Amino acid sequence: MSDKNALEYWKSNIRIVLSLLVVWFFISFGCGILLVDTLDEIRIGGFKLGFWIAQQGAIFVFVILVYVYIYLMDKLDDAYNLNQDEDKTAEPGEEAQ
Amino acid sequence: MSVQIWTFIFVFLTFGLYIGIAVWSRAGSTSDFYVAGGGVPPLANGMATAADWMSAASFISMAGLISFLGRDGTFYLMGWTGGYVLLALLLAPYLRKFGKFTVPDFIGDRYYSRTARLIAVFCAISVSFVYVCGQMQGAGIVFSRFLEVDITTGVIIGMAIVFFYAVLGGMKGITYTQVAQYCVLIFAFMVPAIFISILMTGIPIPQIGFGAELTEAFGGGYLLDRLDGLSQELGFAVYTEGQRSTQDVFFITAALMFGTAGLPHVIIRFFTVPNVRDARRSAGFALIFIAILYTTAPAVAAFARTNLINTVNNAEYTAMPEWFSKWETTNLISFNDKNGDGRIQYVGDPETNELEVNRDIMVLANPEIANLPNWVVALVAAGALAAALSTAAGLLLVISTSVAHDLMKRSFMPDISEKQELLYARMAIFIAVLVAGYVGINPPAYVAQVVAYAFGLAAASFFPAIVLGIFQKSMNKQGAIAGMIAGFLFTAGYIIYFKSLNPAMDNAQGWLLGISPEGIGTFGTLINLAVAGLVASFTPEPPEDVQAIVEEIRLPGEAIKR
Repeated sequence: MSDKNALEYWKSNIRIVLSLLVVWFFISFGCGILLVDTLDEIRIGGFKLGFWIAQQGAIFVFVILVYVYIYLMDKLDDAYNLNQDEDKTAEPGEEAQ
Repeated sequence: MSVQIWTFIFVFLTFGLYIGIAVWSRAGSTSDFYVAGGGVPPLANGMATAADWMSAASFISMAGLISFLGRDGTFYLMGWTGGYVLLALLLAPYLRKFGKFTVPDFIGDRYYSRTARLIAVFCAISVSFVYVCGQMQGAGIVFSRFLEVDITTGVIIGMAIVFFYAVLGGMKGITYTQVAQYCVLIFAFMVPAIFISILMTGIPIPQIGFGAELTEAFGGGYLLDRLDGLSQELGFAVYTEGQRSTQDVFFITAALMFGTAGLPHVIIRFFTVPNVRDARRSAGFALIFIAILYTTAPAVAAFARTNLINTVNNAEYTAMPEWFSKWETTNLISFNDKNGDGRIQYVGDPETNELEVNRDIMVLANPEIANLPNWVVALVAAGALAAALSTAAGLLLVISTSVAHDLMKRSFMPDISEKQELLYARMAIFIAVLVAGYVGINPPAYVAQVVAYAFGLAAASFFPAIVLGIFQKSMNKQGAIAGMIAGFLFTAGYIIYFKSLNPAMDNAQGWLLGISPEGIGTFGTLINLAVAGLVASFTPEPPEDVQAIVEEIRLPGEAIKR
């Protein structure tokens, strides 16, 4: 892989990580802590929404975030031919100088 | 059969299983010993990480703490799971690509400095050691309550088991025992939770029962409404409302998250998988396995609290069930009949309250309070032991690799052979087990408190240094070292000031910006980042070959040819 490609790959990586961290912050610190009292006005069944997000909902979102990350990074790796299932044979020679 | 016989059976069977696995997975090389040969499948590593991570505190104490904290207990739930998002996105893949044995390895190589490596060794050993003492104590409590042996014997049995599989198998033995321990602990946590959920709400999934209506026998109405009502009636804080200030909850949650991502025994688990893709996958599996327990815990907390109030409040003392007097003998429940009417008044007002309940027993006593069959009660004991031993083993391994690999091999005695290094590693684990056992038997009063602060220290020292090492290529050794020292000293200083030097000031008015010592690690993290950035801007850039390492770890696979 050329240096230019490596840089592009890294930039896409950063974009993915940052956007997922925005969701992570919003749901945990945003909804679960800062806005919790406001969200508590809304009720779903036996739960106040804010309380539910703080004690359970955020954890479900965390799991989803990590799986979205795995999916997006796999796609990105494939796009740049960084397949690692066979570490030794996975040299993306076509793109090297 | 009695609870005690069931407990003996479960403990005997599970311990036999752990020993069998240890014999089967002996370590032959340092790579086996430190990182299980780097060949652990992601699913197995996910389970092992979950068992490694979920300690006696998660299993025994957390649900109990939440049942007394109500909504404020949120910081444990989000803090100890949200940290995995950081670990998965910011650390695990890159550290796997770096592909060495320990966290100090990364710090030492990335910051091309023996000083940085030694600081990292110091932080890793102190954080892990504080933490391991708590595990030994947890194991001791379970042994003494359920097997009715004294704490010393209990701790010695626990030590012998950990010693056997950790010394023999190193990381390889620990990994596969942790897989078994995860299965034991999650089963032991879920079975009583499901039973109680069915009993109280008729719904077999505790996560849903948490928000469901109670059955007629329990008075109907939504569980949480009922709990809020009961709390208010008796003068306790309303369960679903917060008591602590928003900024304090915010800072504690963040400190636990950064700390989780910076704990060396969790990080090294990602060195054991074959490649970067598997490191990401195993972080996903780990979080799912952890989330099963962590989404059940708040439900257990609410069930337990409701049940406890229903059972004890205004009931005749002489009519209390057997578990009540058993826990009374351990002094974890105490009743003082202030108004002499022979009934238990369990209320929020300390003047008239007659019952003190230790928060740690809620999970252990919960199945008994709910009148579940004896084998379920015994299962909880086996689960608690699995949680304590799996975490203890992971931590002891960090201590032993730090000594044998980072101190001996990489810092002071680079010429020793692999065989000698392995011998040192085994000796280090042996000594660490003995010391941890001694502290478990003679716990200094501060250990229990200090465990919670291990997170703050990990957050303020490791987490920023590793993240900067990956994401900021120009970060140099001067910056990283200054940052780690500043973060660690600030956090440790703040905690020691309020906990030892001036405990009178340890309240919301005395704290800096209303942040409690539990949450100060977040501030320490920010100080670390600021100091590191400032110092790095005045000092020379890191050398070419180090910058090349950074470029290398950013790409998965062996993509760069140079």
